[in-house]
Amino acid sequence: MGLLELHNVEIAYGNIQVVKGINLSIKDGEIVTLLGANGAGKTTTLQAISGLLKLKSGTITFNNEEIQTMPAHKIVEFGICHVPEGRRVFGTLTVEENLNLGAYKYRNNLKHVKAGRERVYCLFPRLGERRTQLAGTLSGGEQQMLAIGRGLMSDPKVLLLDEPSLGLAPILVREIFQTVLEINKQGVTVLLVEQNARIALRLAERAYVLETGRVVLSGSSLELRQDPRVQRAYLGIKGA
Amino acid sequence: MVLFIEQLVNGLTVGAVYSLVALGYTMVYGVMRMINFAHGDFFMIGSYLGFTLISSAFLGRTIPLWVALTIMVLFSMGGVGAIGIIVERAAYRPLRKTSRLTAVVSAIGVSIFLQNAVMLIWGPRYRAYPSWSVPDVTWQVGGIYINLMQVLILSISIGLMVALYFFVQRTTVGAAIRATAIDHDTARLMGIDVDQIIRLIFLIGPALGAAAGVLLGLYYRQIHFTVGWTYGLKAFTAAIMGGIGNIPGAMAGGLLLGILEMLGAGYISSAWKDVFVFFILILLLIFRPTGLLGERIAEKV
Repeated sequence: MGLLELHNVEIAYGNIQVVKGINLSIKDGEIVTLLGANGAGKTTTLQAISGLLKLKSGTITFNNEEIQTMPAHKIVEFGICHVPEGRRVFGTLTVEENLNLGAYKYRNNLKHVKAGRERVYCLFPRLGERRTQLAGTLSGGEQQMLAIGRGLMSDPKVLLLDEPSLGLAPILVREIFQTVLEINKQGVTVLLVEQNARIALRLAERAYVLETGRVVLSGSSLELRQDPRVQRAYLGIKGA
Repeated sequence: MVLFIEQLVNGLTVGAVYSLVALGYTMVYGVMRMINFAHGDFFMIGSYLGFTLISSAFLGRTIPLWVALTIMVLFSMGGVGAIGIIVERAAYRPLRKTSRLTAVVSAIGVSIFLQNAVMLIWGPRYRAYPSWSVPDVTWQVGGIYINLMQVLILSISIGLMVALYFFVQRTTVGAAIRATAIDHDTARLMGIDVDQIIRLIFLIGPALGAAAGVLLGLYYRQIHFTVGWTYGLKAFTAAIMGGIGNIPGAMAGGLLLGILEMLGAGYISSAWKDVFVFFILILLLIFRPTGLLGERIAEKV
């Protein structure tokens, strides 16, 4: 039994079904990636796990407890943190305020929050230099660091990362992914959604490939990297 | 010059009251993108609750003024804050996922309901705060007259505004309010209970409006169940002036509007003072709908 399990999860926006019965199982300490083209249902799946979207049917269990009917803010308290696509930092709040909000569940324990901030500044020294700056004035890469750092402030057991490489220069992408690896080594389980399959398959131990709301392939990253379908569709290797 | 300064003081006095009411509009708009057209009625109910308390045997003339005033303001803030939370739960929350127009229509319904409820409870006639509510003490400072009531209004409303500013800018819950104003979903991902933040807004906004209601009741003494519309619209103008959604903007907008109104009343005609205010509202909506502070500076709350 994995730490985070999705059983026959179906999600619909009105009459349009986006996720058509998927099963995922993520074990404690793993990095797992969810690959797929635009519209495959990756972001929708993450939003369902974090409670932003309600399921049409199916169950999501975390630590053997069903969480699919819990409101989003409770799920955070449980130890699942979702770093949304497009960073979504609070632009008119300072870096420090953004981090404090990440630790909202610890808002009555200022010591804990401060220690959390120091940890994040250690991980991303550039955020420390800019702690009093408004988040909206940061560069794209710094905003992504802030989004991840803010997510870590809740001490999650599972980190849901949605497209952390989006719109970033390759050198920054490498830096961010290096940090994700480090976070994982500290015991955080990571579920990563990525368009950049090449780097995602290098980082993750296992992967699921989604196509129009269904899991069409799954396995270890090594296997999937060798799979001709994956090579053709996601790695851009011709004639494979 | 004396007239100018006197009208300036008068303007600041009513303006501070407009600011308090404007904050309710601006905070609700900031978090829910909705104009709460029932907000003026929270103000009105506040002035009725204060009136009831001071004309009751409970708050007789024997209690010192500052104690009586504190009890009145807190009582009506608490009462109206509770009504605000009930109104949000009953009339706005069920409609949150529908179009914004639906919520506005619901707000107008709430307004009509509250006005009629007050009419049934307190009667359709004008009611008046007792003349002994605040002693008629006047000081002469450098040729201009300032009375005790003006000093009380200014100090209480500025005190409340400073408290609100610190709460919103310096506390984590305040940051959560600002974050919710920016992006509900991301706020939820932080573990913020957005429903709870909205409840909080519907406690604070109406409570500030109620304090304003008590203060203006004491100042003008006459109250009526329809005053919510006039003062509500004036405060709405102040909120637009400061850029709706912007907390410091609403404070500045209220003061500015009060000053403009009183200068107009002093130099042109006091019978026309409401006309000036609504003329300003029309000009703003046409030429500067984002407010005088503009969009760029306007921090959304």
